[in-house]
Amino acid sequence: MSENLIEKKFICVSCPLGCGLTVVINDKQEVLSVTGNSCPRGAAYAKTEVKDPRRVFASTVRVKGGRLPVCPIRSKTPAPKNKLKEIAKAVAALNVKAPVKIGQVLIHNVCGTDVDIVASRDLS
Amino acid sequence: MTNKKIDVLIIGAGPAGVAAGIGAKKQGAENVVVLERDWDLGGILQQCIHPGFGLRTFREELTGPEYMHRFIQEAHEAGVEFRTNTMVFQIETQPPLSKGRGTAYGGGVVPVKVWTMNKERGIECLEPGAIVLTMGCRERPLGAIRIPGSRPAGIYTAGTAQRFVNMEGYMPGKKAVILGSGDIGLIMARRMIWEGAEVEGVYEVMSWPGGLRRNIAQCLDDYGIPFHLQTTVTKIHGQDRLEGVTVAKVDEKMKPIEGTERFVECDTLLLAIGLIPENELSRMAGIEIHPVTGGPVVNDLLQTSNPAVFAAGNVVIVYDLVDNVSDEGLIAGTNAAKFAAGKLSPEQKRIPVKGGQNVRLFSPQFVTGESDTIIYMRVTHPIEQACKVTAEPGLYTQKLRYARPGEMNEARIKASMIKANPDLKEIVIDVLPL
Repeated sequence: MSENLIEKKFICVSCPLGCGLTVVINDKQEVLSVTGNSCPRGAAYAKTEVKDPRRVFASTVRVKGGRLPVCPIRSKTPAPKNKLKEIAKAVAALNVKAPVKIGQVLIHNVCGTDVDIVASRDLS
Repeated sequence: MTNKKIDVLIIGAGPAGVAAGIGAKKQGAENVVVLERDWDLGGILQQCIHPGFGLRTFREELTGPEYMHRFIQEAHEAGVEFRTNTMVFQIETQPPLSKGRGTAYGGGVVPVKVWTMNKERGIECLEPGAIVLTMGCRERPLGAIRIPGSRPAGIYTAGTAQRFVNMEGYMPGKKAVILGSGDIGLIMARRMIWEGAEVEGVYEVMSWPGGLRRNIAQCLDDYGIPFHLQTTVTKIHGQDRLEGVTVAKVDEKMKPIEGTERFVECDTLLLAIGLIPENELSRMAGIEIHPVTGGPVVNDLLQTSNPAVFAAGNVVIVYDLVDNVSDEGLIAGTNAAKFAAGKLSPEQKRIPVKGGQNVRLFSPQFVTGESDTIIYMRVTHPIEQACKVTAEPGLYTQKLRYARPGEMNEARIKASMIKANPDLKEIVIDVLPL
């Protein structure tokens, strides 16, 4: 009973509703309750947001010989939030050659995060 | 003229136009042509490279190009013909439409001529059975808000900056201020950070954000970008290049409050101050434009004041979500194909939709009761308490935890309820506190 409970508030980014979530965590960083969510995705988001916050990273890479000078990319899955800056630098350093296919892996396991960087459009 | 007969002609290959093409083909139209002025398909979603699109349609969050890729593939498979690098420069319609409205048509007899220009094909005049307007919207420019001061380089709409960064590979500057809190501005704040620039802050003249709350969270809060409500840019400084802006708090009447001015050094000012449906062609075609939405007046079949002309997506009303734009495109394309085939009967009913005390912006403006329909609306101001969307008399009610201008609400109207109510004179939609 002497546990220190901390209440955290944040906005769910899982869908355009943007529910205001209230999460109660104990001093072991365990989520005891999530309120304010409208769906199970919100509860799941709250839990990862406390333990291991992640975001999908989206940017562009330089392309040689393409119809556009840059090609959009994304992290195939959400990447750790505290690694985004590092990932941004790794992506900025990359140069690829056209043609690029949508879904093509451009960086495997970027910055040791187990996350792949893939192209998000076809570019001839 | 070597042209084969076009059944449905669609203007603009963004999300609405591509979906309209699919809808028209699925309805059985033989020749469906989508015209696009850009060299590539996808419209503005080409430059919206961030995730967040299509959660409802595909159950996953795609980036703009990924979302469009799926629709474009489906359109190709359905046999939609695309003509890129093609500009429509005039639409002609015959005048006696208002007289004949509701009785005189049925089978593409309403003549519409569409003049197009393309490098290879030259100038052409197309006479389709029906057309769908899917030109999308434009950003409000600097000229729309009067800010004193100089006009140096470094001031862009957020969407222009987005195109520079995401498609052309240029950075607009190193230190940005963002005026307005529309979603594109919020998305660009994060984008600038990811590209190594600084974002001093986002300034919004209203007391509520223009964009979605989740974009405030994931684009500003995540990066510690300050968000100032009831604050605006009151002066622009700089000779050749932007050197800074003056910002100030505003009062309830949106007048700058003396003594609150502050100079902010920056080399870039991005504007995210609203979107306007792009209706130059619609006006040229004599289509009735709604004074509040800025888009064509449409019925639930997405038919405009000219029965042969349909419209869908942001050209009608600016949506929050591309899923809705695609849904509406599909409906407009389907009905345009029916019209071209003579299978769309004239309106039996034309029940006007009116906004109640908290709703001014909505679409469609008329309901025929021919099919189930969704009336999309925005509240005029935030209602930060439990409330309900209503469509009276007794057609729809839905409870909400809150309603905000930045987040569209919907009233779903069943055709059966319209049919069951033969004396229905008008539908009043509203969002009311409980």
